[in-house]
Amino acid sequence: MNIEDLEKEKNEGIENLPLQERRKFLQMGLAVTGVFLGGSVLSLTSVSHASDLNTDPDMDIPADDQYPYPIHYGMVMRQNRCIDCERCVEACKQTNHVPDGHGAYRTAIQERRTTENGSEKREFRPVLCNHCNRPPCVRVCPTKATYKDPDTGIVVMDYKKCIGCKTCMAACPYNARYFNHEKYAIDKCNFCIDTRLAEGKKETACAAACPARVRIFGDLKDKSTEIYRLLHTPDTKIWVLRPDTGALPNVFYMNA
Amino acid sequence: MTNKSLSAIFAETAEPRLATPGMNRATIFFLIVTVAGLSCGVLAFIFGHHVIYNNTREMPWGMLISTYAFWAITSTGLCIYAAMSHVFGGTRMGIISNRMVWMSIICIMGAFATIGVEIASPHRMLIYNIISPNPTSNIWWMGTLYGMAVGCMIIEFAGIVTGLARVALILGVFGAIAEVLANSCLGGVFATLPARPYWYGAQLPIYFLTAAFLSGAAATILFNVLAYKIRGEKMSHAVHLGVKSAGKAMTLVLILYTVATFWRLVSFYVGGPELGRTAADALISGPLSINFWVVEVCVGLVIPMMLIILSRLENVNMMAFAGFLVLVGQFVARYDLVVAGQIVPEFLGWDELPSFFSYVPSIFEFGVIAGGIGVVAFGFLMGERVFGKTFTQKEHH
Repeated sequence: MNIEDLEKEKNEGIENLPLQERRKFLQMGLAVTGVFLGGSVLSLTSVSHASDLNTDPDMDIPADDQYPYPIHYGMVMRQNRCIDCERCVEACKQTNHVPDGHGAYRTAIQERRTTENGSEKREFRPVLCNHCNRPPCVRVCPTKATYKDPDTGIVVMDYKKCIGCKTCMAACPYNARYFNHEKYAIDKCNFCIDTRLAEGKKETACAAACPARVRIFGDLKDKSTEIYRLLHTPDTKIWVLRPDTGALPNVFYMNA
Repeated sequence: MTNKSLSAIFAETAEPRLATPGMNRATIFFLIVTVAGLSCGVLAFIFGHHVIYNNTREMPWGMLISTYAFWAITSTGLCIYAAMSHVFGGTRMGIISNRMVWMSIICIMGAFATIGVEIASPHRMLIYNIISPNPTSNIWWMGTLYGMAVGCMIIEFAGIVTGLARVALILGVFGAIAEVLANSCLGGVFATLPARPYWYGAQLPIYFLTAAFLSGAAATILFNVLAYKIRGEKMSHAVHLGVKSAGKAMTLVLILYTVATFWRLVSFYVGGPELGRTAADALISGPLSINFWVVEVCVGLVIPMMLIILSRLENVNMMAFAGFLVLVGQFVARYDLVVAGQIVPEFLGWDELPSFFSYVPSIFEFGVIAGGIGVVAFGFLMGERVFGKTFTQKEHH
């Protein structure tokens, strides 16, 4: 269309545009400027070959076949709901036989106190293994004792192969690994793959135990899951921890 | 192959005049240090590595890893200088290169002894490194290449002792290549971890290689001077020239290493992640600052440089002392590097975490370090005793 002809047209205004179109237009603009993160962060972090140089808004939502695993498990943390009751920590400990002492835990709740408008604010943040798509721990392991489960994308351990060099602990951006002195190998969260998912349960122990429904676990590819809905809710700010490391984590944070 | 019996070979290589009561006492002393020191590491297998060593979830690597790196780096340096002298000539170090090959083997043994008791399950390593190798793992490549290097060097040394010059030369080259690649992978172990900004980056593997050239030259000077001290003899002119060459190399690399250290630290203050800058603070003004300014910089770089200038590369005792100080500085530099990479909490700002974690090596970790020094000192004395004549011969090719 000729730009000069366009200039002669009368301005239609936006009042007659369908709501759907207006929302789409707004989202596109905000995604380009980086303000709108709903959906964008997901695509940047959960597809192993996604490039963080991708600024084309049409490319932001990955097609289902772009997910590298048949079932692609992830977790959303609705951070502002967490009250630090630590039932998740206890449930994980019981379910996965996490030993006492020596820094052993698979999941934890972090706390931060800040001052906002003169009053103290306490924030709680649940953390666990991020089951990254580009997991530094998996790359550095000399014996493939830790690897991505080919069916679910979960980062799992094969304890008998672990030599205890602790390189995976040094490599993890999330302090998610510990030396399990009972197994005499490195241990970590595995989304309860052996203790719950193998029994047909749909949730991890921590997610099931959370009274505030902070932790939403599920298949990122499955459009019927709550995690899919949450991650694709427009105008929701979603973030991941330490995105600068390029690990492409599958644990997402939001306030909802 | 030679038809000489082993006893005939040893009769030709041994230095029986070193079998003095004093030497015997020193050798037995270092053997005891080795056994006692490494016994501390054996305790880890009985009571648990998590109990015996002071490493934590947040700081999984400590002084044993840094000391392993120190010996491995020194071994690489010795091996490279020896191979360059053998292959290219050109330096005066040819005449002392047999001793350097031996000490390179001994230093890597010190490294293996240290890491052998650091790794929680080395028996699994022996099996799964072979049947389940991970080609993307720097640790796997490093272990495999150091293993190959020591194999090559042992055959090379056997060639030297038995007079098979060609075998020695070829294996020496392969050994040196394996050592350089292994050293590079050792640097890569740290350099390829984006989670640790203080380590992450392309400079570190080159930095490790520079450190190898520095430690290798320092060790060359020190061990050669000591070899003549224990004989109570003055160095021959040719050996003196060899040591002087090592002194020149050490001076040059001291400059390179200082420049590399300077820019490495500056880079953290001009931008980049906060974790890297805070880690650099640990050295500049934080818990590692005495280590850094007093030991790494003054003892390990400035004083040796002054001593080298004062010695005019003639006074070998002064040069040997400079070499010793360089090695002390390098030992602490490896410690600071390993610790600084982990000392800043990854989740700084949460859980009221301090800016720096606290890590003090346990008494058992110090014990293992002593054991590693024992291995190297015992190996040095035994080498002089059993192969002393080989070390003072003219070059074998």
